[in-house]
Amino acid sequence: MDLNYTSEDLAFRDQVRAFLEAELPSDLQHKVLNHLRLGKDDYVRWHKILARQGWVAPGWPKEYGGPGWTPAQRHIFDEECARAGTPQIMPFGVNMVAPVIMAFGSQAQKDHYLPRILSCEDWWCQGYSEPGAGSDLASLKTTAVRGRDDEGDHYIVNGQKTWTTLAQHADMIFCLVRTDPGVRKQEGISFLLIDMHSPGITVRPIIMLDEDHEVNEVFFDNVRVPAANLVGQENRGWTYAKYLLGHERTGIAAVGRSKRELARLKRLAGRERKDGRPLIEDPLFGARVAELEIELMALETTVLRVLAQADKAPGPEASVLKVRGTEIQQRLTELMAEAAGPMALPFDEAYLEGEREHSVFDDDFAAPLLSHYLNYRKTSIYGGSNEIQRNIISQMILGL
Amino acid sequence: MDFAFKEEQLQLADALKRWIARDYGFEARREIVRSPAGTSEQAWATMAELGLTALPVPEEQGGFAGDAVDMFVVMQELGRGLVVEPYFATVLGAEFLRLGGAHGALLERVAAGQLKLACALGERQSRHDMRDIATRAERDGEGWRLGGEKKVVLHGAQAGMLVVSARCAGEQRGEDGIALFVVPADAEGVRVTEYRMLDGQRAADVHLDGVRVGTAAAIGQPGAGWPLLEAALDYGAGLLCAEAVGAMDALFAATLEYLKTRQQFGVPIGKFQALQHRMADMYIHLEQARSMALLAAVRLRGGEAAARRQAVSAAKYRVGQAARFVGQQAVQLHGGMGVTDELPAAHYFKRLSTIELTLGDADHHLARFMAQPGFTGLAAEAA
Repeated sequence: MDLNYTSEDLAFRDQVRAFLEAELPSDLQHKVLNHLRLGKDDYVRWHKILARQGWVAPGWPKEYGGPGWTPAQRHIFDEECARAGTPQIMPFGVNMVAPVIMAFGSQAQKDHYLPRILSCEDWWCQGYSEPGAGSDLASLKTTAVRGRDDEGDHYIVNGQKTWTTLAQHADMIFCLVRTDPGVRKQEGISFLLIDMHSPGITVRPIIMLDEDHEVNEVFFDNVRVPAANLVGQENRGWTYAKYLLGHERTGIAAVGRSKRELARLKRLAGRERKDGRPLIEDPLFGARVAELEIELMALETTVLRVLAQADKAPGPEASVLKVRGTEIQQRLTELMAEAAGPMALPFDEAYLEGEREHSVFDDDFAAPLLSHYLNYRKTSIYGGSNEIQRNIISQMILGL
Repeated sequence: MDFAFKEEQLQLADALKRWIARDYGFEARREIVRSPAGTSEQAWATMAELGLTALPVPEEQGGFAGDAVDMFVVMQELGRGLVVEPYFATVLGAEFLRLGGAHGALLERVAAGQLKLACALGERQSRHDMRDIATRAERDGEGWRLGGEKKVVLHGAQAGMLVVSARCAGEQRGEDGIALFVVPADAEGVRVTEYRMLDGQRAADVHLDGVRVGTAAAIGQPGAGWPLLEAALDYGAGLLCAEAVGAMDALFAATLEYLKTRQQFGVPIGKFQALQHRMADMYIHLEQARSMALLAAVRLRGGEAAARRQAVSAAKYRVGQAARFVGQQAVQLHGGMGVTDELPAAHYFKRLSTIELTLGDADHHLARFMAQPGFTGLAAEAA
């Protein structure tokens, strides 16, 4: 039982810190720390900076261009990035489709796609959910029918995907499609890589409750996809999708980010006044902050416990981290909006978009907080709703 | 970073499990609880043989110098086994003596299993604030004379010596002026009134009526006892967190088993999603509580006061929340059987409910957590 980092880990942490101090552009950091909206260029710029350093895909094996870090080092890297306020590396390419290609893709797919994911030449999005297939993902209806013509083997894809995050920027989408309607629903699904620039694809924005354009519907109307874009075997897609879910790791808890946000909440609550005293000293508000801080301390230790068994395959423990991690994130956004009080109410979209330097409502700190609160309701829904996570805990861990 | 227990710790845990399974099962325990003594000399002798009494005692006094993480392992097993012997009271008393540094002979007897201790700290008005001391320590020639009344002293009637907190100066709730003594339970003027608690353990009220002790009875320097008292209280709260985690573990396992075997509507009730999600929430509580209890044990071992205060109060708060949720829901999921005295579930629930009201409840520790400089540090920076 020793909860201290080794001296090697600490040296690594210093190295990461020094890199971030030197290389993280201050305008990007400003946007992240202040909950402003990030555009495609922002994400790509940071991706390329990390790619140059060889750090953009911490989870990849060395042979594909990963840095070869230990689980502890990966955790430290995540923590330091969160602490510094780096943009997120979009997970769809690096963390989601890449592991599936590595495990099940053809050599040609590996050679073509993996370097382009590393360099951010392709922006990937995820084609899983459909209007009729949310938590019951295996009931998806988008079809892919195999055919052959003068130009070779191909699939014709028809249907609709939804909740497709940042599809408006995407060059590629990885899709679960139905290739055999005549068998048990999990057994007729295939995993296809589709060029978003193909004729027949339409992207329609879905504007979310914070009025941001983050997700989309994607329509497929007789979209022709080369058969070479099938990953692994036909009708084995469900297995690959489950493999991908099992790849979720401790990062899902977002402890580093929540620690940063907790510090920000405390600064805000130290600045605001209630009855002439700092809000943080109010027993009711202070108690809610304290409860949250303790829950976060506990979660950090739980994450480290899971990490310490990293020789074991990442398992359903990730569901515990997802549930508690997202609950904490949501609670943080809630308390921050509450701390800002009425100053969180004015909606200054131009400021959130970075079109002007300061909020016209005179409080840059408070301006994004209600949007942020509203936006974060998504976290307990995406990535397998927290109710689905509880199903996983009760079935996979508890055997009920 | 390493969350594994050492080989010796695991071996001790196994030995404890075997002893409890053999000698301290549900029925055997019930007999001990209902016996006039309320504890078992035979069990105590076995615990001493297993090295439990020597474990926390320094090597100079014949102990094994076990730290808070070693003790976590022991307390977790005693929690799992619902052991009602006066171990916690003795170990907490020994921590006072160890911190005071002047009672090696007593510690030797503790290590050998020959001396049980109890800690007479709380009073009628003090609730969870152990600074709130009305018991007086007056100068009496070379020694001291103690007067006052201590309430709900855990295993107060089983102890050969009592650790007593008293006030020789200062305001009633002040940190200055606190004095600590170790007093023979049979000293003239000590009167002990014993009773049962609902968790099956024994406690007592201790009346001190002009009890005369020599200067050698003082633990630490009279009047400057608060840092020592506070450190010992944190140690005790940390041990209770570990015990609660063990109890919750066993209660959770029993509930899970019940959900897999109890049939209604033609299926095991664990097939119902409402109950599955309740169990998932209980599991999350349990793991979060385990994490905090472990963190507290590591910080107690580390010995740095600020980190210790923060982690122990966070742990006692978080474990308290989990104990309430896991305890109440386990009873609920056992249905009517859960509210009988016949299943272990109710006994775990009773023990967990007792722990929550011992050495600071969740509110007490949340308030203490908020009072630490680290809590408002960032806020102060901004202001």
